[in-house]
Amino acid sequence: MWNVGKGVLTLFVVLGFIFLVAPLLVIIPLSFNAEPYFTFTEGMLRLDSEAYSLRWYRAIFESEEWLRAIQNSFFIGICATIVATVLGTLAALGLNDPRMPFRRFVSALIISPIVTPIIVVAVGLYFFYTDIGLGQTYLGIILAHAMIGAPYVVITVSASLANFDYSLMRAAASLGASPWTAFRRVQLPNISRGVITGALFAFINSFDEVVIVYFMAGVEQRTIPREMWSGIREEISPTILAIATLLILFVILVLISVELLKSFGEKHKLSAN
Amino acid sequence: MLARHDRNSRFRPISLALPLVAFIVITFLMPLGNMIKESFYDAEVADALPRTIRLLNDWDGVELPAEEVYRAIATEIVVLQENRTIGRIGIRVNRVVSGTRSVWGKTARRIKGIETDDMITAMVGIDERWSDLALWQGIKKAGQRYSAKNYLHAVDLTRGDDGAIVRVDEKQRVYNTLYRRTLYVATAVTLLCLVIGYPIAYAIAHTPPILSKILLLCVLVPFWTSLLARATSWLVLLQSQGVVNDLLVWFGIVPDDGRLSLIRNMTGTLIAMTQNLLPFVVLPTYAVLSSIPPTYMRAAASLGANPVQAFVRVYWPQSLPGAASGCLLVFILSIGFFITPAIVGGTDGQLISNMIDYQINRANNWGLGAAISVIVLLSVLILYVVFDRWVGVDRLKLS
Repeated sequence: MWNVGKGVLTLFVVLGFIFLVAPLLVIIPLSFNAEPYFTFTEGMLRLDSEAYSLRWYRAIFESEEWLRAIQNSFFIGICATIVATVLGTLAALGLNDPRMPFRRFVSALIISPIVTPIIVVAVGLYFFYTDIGLGQTYLGIILAHAMIGAPYVVITVSASLANFDYSLMRAAASLGASPWTAFRRVQLPNISRGVITGALFAFINSFDEVVIVYFMAGVEQRTIPREMWSGIREEISPTILAIATLLILFVILVLISVELLKSFGEKHKLSAN
Repeated sequence: MLARHDRNSRFRPISLALPLVAFIVITFLMPLGNMIKESFYDAEVADALPRTIRLLNDWDGVELPAEEVYRAIATEIVVLQENRTIGRIGIRVNRVVSGTRSVWGKTARRIKGIETDDMITAMVGIDERWSDLALWQGIKKAGQRYSAKNYLHAVDLTRGDDGAIVRVDEKQRVYNTLYRRTLYVATAVTLLCLVIGYPIAYAIAHTPPILSKILLLCVLVPFWTSLLARATSWLVLLQSQGVVNDLLVWFGIVPDDGRLSLIRNMTGTLIAMTQNLLPFVVLPTYAVLSSIPPTYMRAAASLGANPVQAFVRVYWPQSLPGAASGCLLVFILSIGFFITPAIVGGTDGQLISNMIDYQINRANNWGLGAAISVIVLLSVLILYVVFDRWVGVDRLKLS
């Protein structure tokens, strides 16, 4: 009887995993559909090679809107990541210092942008930016994305600082190191993994973000998700499936590099000991 | 050197954290503060009719205003007609006293150039609603710079003719319906995520390391995939000619002419949101489950517990912190969900966030949009305080 129960449970778990990954698994093959349909054609099911094509991928690279969106996404994402990483790393260094006052309050403040519903953030920025003339500008969107990305950097850098022994910094000072040298030679090597992981999270976050862009971007600043948003709501074309596939592959690539970074870091630590 | 280090380092942590704190104050707190102000503040009518409103503020509201007030508004209507903003003022006053929108255009077209000692008669001659006390009271009310009217409106209340707060007509109670629906969806999605997510977390925690890594990746990849890509995918999967319906027909579960409508309605919202938020339950639950020593279950078994008893009495209580924090997080995130319901929700699967979008980007009613945003923000804030007391916000895990 327990075996039956176990079988049912296993089936349930398998279905759960299918539910989780089905959207990704279906969209990838459909993006190669030779016909402008959103369902598997008979030819595709027969694995007929003529039923598959790269036409929707070509369509992306022949479209001015999509190319501009790709350019915008990378430009905004990279700028926002730089701002978020610098500010986030510094703040994490301060927050994890045992002498930091009001730590609980300051952490709560710094984390608050990512726990606030994004639509509320967007509405707030919409009024504010219109007032100060940052509406429909790259700078406005970059600052907004840096603000929602910085907490991720703080979280990951803090995690890598959790085991850092601050007496090492005193030791460095006693050996004559300036604060900058002590940071560069003692502290930075210990947190570099956290910094890079945080930067990747901040980048993905900006890359996927659509609500702020939807509220604030003019036609000039539209990013990939913003073009997808219009595409889905106005006239849905299979080009969207091709773009979505590229995004999924991109995420897998980033996650693999985070994973590699982790295992590289662990090996590195071992050899240092 | 060491003494200097110790002296300097007292201020070092503060000066390191300061740039980000200042950045967040400017780009996050100030906009939110501004939004709160916006939800109470409305100067459009007060700025358009400055003299009229100033005079009306001294008016008792019992008898018709004096000749002087009629002269003031006549002059100001001429200016508004020239600026082409008369229509907007009409809309604004009409929100307070309905059925008065046409008064403004009609008056504006005819009033220019009229010179008379009796402006009251002249204006009532153009449109007799100018002798209606309700219109004047409406103008006075619309001219107040600060008011809670957006909040009343946002919870389906209004002020009656005598100023008492009453509920709006049953047919117009849209907002409370949306709050209720949002809470219903948040609860349903949270339960679904727990029921589906807990076994998934259990499976990841109790399989051999290699399989467990692959399974974990199956959770992380969807987690980090663009919400839009996932929403698009659900559109494709669930439409009536989509993959799910095709499979159901193929297996003979539903007839070809009885395909289920799974998308652009509440069902679509529930399915897609559950998939979107599932990782938020799986990841913290998995973190806790993988730290429960397997010896505990064996100990329970050796003491005579059957697997169900061992699970209920030993395993489940220990896994509770992870599952509970995941569920609370899903509930909080559901309340502010916007993109997914907008794409897959049709009309009956729209949530309160979609109303915020509508008020700001379509209806141009910024104050009302801001008031609803403040209500959503406050609800989320309260839930977070609960969350923080219970598990601690700083324990959020990303990977």
